[in-house]
Amino acid sequence: MTFRGTSLSLAFGFILASSTSSFAVTEISWWHAMTGANNEVVETLSKEFNESQSEYKVVPVFKGTYPETLNAGIAAFRAKQAPHIMQVFDAGTGVMMGAEGAIKPVADILSMGDTKFDKSLYLPGIVAYYSKPDGTMLSFPYNSSSPILYYNKDIFKKAGLDENNPPKTWPEVWEAAKKIKTSGAAKCGYTSTWLTWIHTENFAAWNNISYGTNENGIAGTDVELKINAPLYVKHFQELADLAKDGTFRYGGRTSEAKPLFLSGECGIFTESSGGLGDVVKSGMNYGTGQLPYDPEAKGAPQNTTPGGASLWVFAGKSDAEYKGVAAFFTFLSRTDIQARLHQVSGYLPVTLAAYEETKKSGFYDKNPAREIPIKQMMGKAPTENSKGVRLPNLPQVRDIENEEFENMLSGKQTAQQALDNAVKRGNAAIKQANGQ
Amino acid sequence: MASSTHVTFPNKFLPYLLLAPQLAITIVFFYWPASQAIRQSVLREDPFGLSTQFVGLGNFKRILSDPNYLNSLQVTVVFSIATAVIAMGFALLFAVMADKVVRGKGIYRTLMIWPYAVAPAIAGMLWLFLFNPSMGTFAYMIRSAGYNWDPLLNSNQAMLLVVAAAAWKQISYNFLFFVAGLQSIPKSLIEAAAIDGAGETKRFWTIIFPLLAPTTFFLLVVNTVYAFFDTFGIIHAVTGGGPGKATETLVYKVYNDGFVNLILGDSAAQSVILMVIVIGLTAIQFRYVERKVHYG
Repeated sequence: MTFRGTSLSLAFGFILASSTSSFAVTEISWWHAMTGANNEVVETLSKEFNESQSEYKVVPVFKGTYPETLNAGIAAFRAKQAPHIMQVFDAGTGVMMGAEGAIKPVADILSMGDTKFDKSLYLPGIVAYYSKPDGTMLSFPYNSSSPILYYNKDIFKKAGLDENNPPKTWPEVWEAAKKIKTSGAAKCGYTSTWLTWIHTENFAAWNNISYGTNENGIAGTDVELKINAPLYVKHFQELADLAKDGTFRYGGRTSEAKPLFLSGECGIFTESSGGLGDVVKSGMNYGTGQLPYDPEAKGAPQNTTPGGASLWVFAGKSDAEYKGVAAFFTFLSRTDIQARLHQVSGYLPVTLAAYEETKKSGFYDKNPAREIPIKQMMGKAPTENSKGVRLPNLPQVRDIENEEFENMLSGKQTAQQALDNAVKRGNAAIKQANGQ
Repeated sequence: MASSTHVTFPNKFLPYLLLAPQLAITIVFFYWPASQAIRQSVLREDPFGLSTQFVGLGNFKRILSDPNYLNSLQVTVVFSIATAVIAMGFALLFAVMADKVVRGKGIYRTLMIWPYAVAPAIAGMLWLFLFNPSMGTFAYMIRSAGYNWDPLLNSNQAMLLVVAAAAWKQISYNFLFFVAGLQSIPKSLIEAAAIDGAGETKRFWTIIFPLLAPTTFFLLVVNTVYAFFDTFGIIHAVTGGGPGKATETLVYKVYNDGFVNLILGDSAAQSVILMVIVIGLTAIQFRYVERKVHYG
């Protein structure tokens, strides 16, 4: 359930408006998918960059949801009208990597700028996800996030739960959710955005179990899914059981569950750390905690993986335009900008310097929520299960998973059946995408 | 009447000139995209169009053996029939009622026609806002009444929601044609029947309904085509084809496979099949059914 139709026409209006503006400076178009508080950040950043110099002008254009933005960019590339910069969500990374002739590696672009590009300045876990196996950084990590736990402190108090002690494991979440429901503190105990990203991809990394062969696709595109292993089955069956009496409420395939938490209908919520801005804006009395893990998994919690999105640059533009892009990325990497971006939006800082500076300023003492995703991601060196998931068609595989989950949550099939189907259909789709 | 007189242009060039704008539009907006779709349907291509391979009818074979495609065909049939029947049934009822109104006829008619001006995506959003389980006003009321309203997971409720939204939007259009159809029925016929002692129901089924047949038939075709193609915006906004694949119609699947899953060959092959279906529907309309309808 989305605002796609309206957003498309809005975006179209933007293009018309932007194409008539001044041509004196080199325009850099930036297609993005940010809404709400994060859209304001995009607008502010572009404005600040444009005011900081007079050679280039970054024009941000909202293109709808993440998948819509990706499709708009691909369609534009085919029509030879590609934007300069396009924001592509984590799941689209594999798609973009497969299109070598269509993109220009960010590492190349950053070396064209005035300052020398030094990869070691950036957070290693994030950069690794957006690099080729040989280490070339392909895209610029703009907004990286990881899923964390949010809870409503007022509801916790009402239900007789400890408001300063969020549940740490999934069984604790289920217990707390049941208590919220039975005590009548709220209509629903627990809800979550992105079941695919949080409950399969991050579930795998955080519990250190395999999502698929070939290091979940990081080492190669030939992947067989492993998400019907016993730990997944147990986890999803528990979710399905909680859904029966409404202790768990399903909100939708992407971020649609957010209003359920913001309106106080559900007491516990797992969502991207990037969603913090809207939670703060709502003015609710909230608390945060680490993403829950499964205590039966060996070595859990391991580390979570970067979600969010990165900025890709299309091939076939002029050198002057690439210099503009380089200038913009250099601007985005500035410590003060990164530190502010991180503190305002809840996304991770992409440079180590920005993290250190935020830490030094004492920001985390007052806002512990902002450090949770960083600690989750950097706590342990990643294993072959926890570097992230990269498939040539991850959006499609997520859709398949979502369809099976929906049929499971409505009681049409068990978790075992749902996950078996997802693996079978997913594997076939991956094979097809690999051209086999 | 004027069937025998054939107007001819003395100038050989002028008729083509007059037809040119229409031809140009048809070529640009139909023939060219259609030929592109046919071309794409026999190719296998990566999303960016960087590598292309000819696969013949491979894409068609794969689609037609895909159980998801057959499911989507079934969904489309159920959705189209339900939408057409509901939209036409209510429109006919309203038209007959509005025809009886003595005072303020114009106001009633105008109000009834308004929803037609609403774009499908907006209609979808409207219904979504009212019936979305997490924020909808009506959804809240239904849930408070103790009914487990959850179109996000319950496929029948999801289907009901998209059918209601699609039918609601089309009622106005059908209403307009039924009102016009009713006005063209001679009052003397109805009066004569009334004098002969036929009751209101009998008059409707034996006189009015048969005389409305041409209108009804025309609307049936229009509504079927509407349900097949123009409801994309509603489904996109309200359910996105879910839950599972419960509301994924053929057109939605073309979009989903092409623009979300980026499998262009499969998507193009599906749109070619859709094209064949439309050609078939039109052929039936002109060659077969139209002759059997009694035009008053």
